Amino acid sequence: MAKLRVGVVSPEREIWSGEADMVIAKTVDGEIGIMPQHAPVLGVLVEGGVLKVKRGGGEADLVAAVHGGFLSVADNEVSILAEVAELGSEVDVARAKHALDRAQASVEANQENADAAAEAKRARARLRAAGEEVG
Amino acid sequence: MGAQLRLLRRRIKSVKSTAKITRAQELIASSRIVKAQQRMQAAVPYEREITRAVTGVVSNSSSVDHPLTVAKENPRRAGVLIVTSDRGFCGGFNANVLREAEALGGLLRSRGIEPVPYVVGRKGITWHSFRGREMGGQWGGFSDSPAYANAKEIADTLISAFSDENGIDEIHVVSTEFVSMLTQEVVVKRILPLEVVETTEKPDTPLPYFEFEPTAGDVLDTLLPRYVESRIFSTLLQSAASEHAARRRAMKSATDNANELIRVFTQQMNQARQAEITQEISEIVGGANALADAAAGKE
Repeated sequence: MAKLRVGVVSPEREIWSGEADMVIAKTVDGEIGIMPQHAPVLGVLVEGGVLKVKRGGGEADLVAAVHGGFLSVADNEVSILAEVAELGSEVDVARAKHALDRAQASVEANQENADAAAEAKRARARLRAAGEEVG
Repeated sequence: MGAQLRLLRRRIKSVKSTAKITRAQELIASSRIVKAQQRMQAAVPYEREITRAVTGVVSNSSSVDHPLTVAKENPRRAGVLIVTSDRGFCGGFNANVLREAEALGGLLRSRGIEPVPYVVGRKGITWHSFRGREMGGQWGGFSDSPAYANAKEIADTLISAFSDENGIDEIHVVSTEFVSMLTQEVVVKRILPLEVVETTEKPDTPLPYFEFEPTAGDVLDTLLPRYVESRIFSTLLQSAASEHAARRRAMKSATDNANELIRVFTQQMNQARQAEITQEISEIVGGANALADAAAGKE
């Protein structure tokens, strides 16, 4: 079966590129799974989503926290254009936990605080990408 | 010691310390060019992909009626984003950009459009405030290593001014493009309304017909601002690399000049010292001769 060519890029650098069997991302409409021969799609990704790339061939899945951006699929090529993205293996778990606690505290103090809510979402995505259980 | 000799020594000392400074600046700039170039390279994949996505959307939906792509009728005001550096010591870098910006301003005025400067870099800001020009926006402090957040901030300001009824109707960018280590060019581009004709290679097959999640309109709404941000970001990175290259060149010629001056002064100093010694000897000899003559006359 044909493979997908996947590229995960952020404005400052190329985060990962390689081949995969399947890509799962979260768009504003819900989760979307891309397999080879998928029709061309251009989707908007949610803030604080988790991207999963199934590499197959016994290799571990690639998991990344993706904050906003796009998914574009065309001709067996998948590009993830993220404003900010972090591989699960790169996430500093302790720091992400700390950031989550802090953001949650400020959300509790002020429900209208949209910045803190987004920050909490991002921290959660980072933790999930790192394989941590988050409520 | 003669007065001239002392003067020359003092000048040599001061030129030497200047040369030390310029040489250090040159070395710093050369190491930073490499870093700036790497950042430029790192930003390429994102820009390429986003350009492809935008091209895909725009070529798909034949009638893209997004406010960012439609030229306004009777434009009256145009924003001009001028990208300069924060620090001097970089030769004609800022002067070239500002000159080109002035030329663009004249051109816009002749078309009946009022240019509004948006300035990046402290040098450009002081240039404008010294002349009492009003600026639509100003940003400084990051010209030698811009972050994406900086580009985002600038893009947000420009886009909101563009969307505003009484804001600006066009956006142009005047900046320096990094062609190579030796050549940097000042370029003038129009970024809004968007013209998406950036693809270098012509696709052989027609572009695929995209499905949109959720809808074409929503995708465009989020995609186009990102595209503008990415364009501005790459402009900032190019300008940063060019700034370092310009500084390196300016500092190299300053160091060369200083070394040449030191050579000339050292020669003059040696001449002066030699002349002084010669004079002293002839004075001693003359004095001794006179004494000898006087002693001979007495006998």
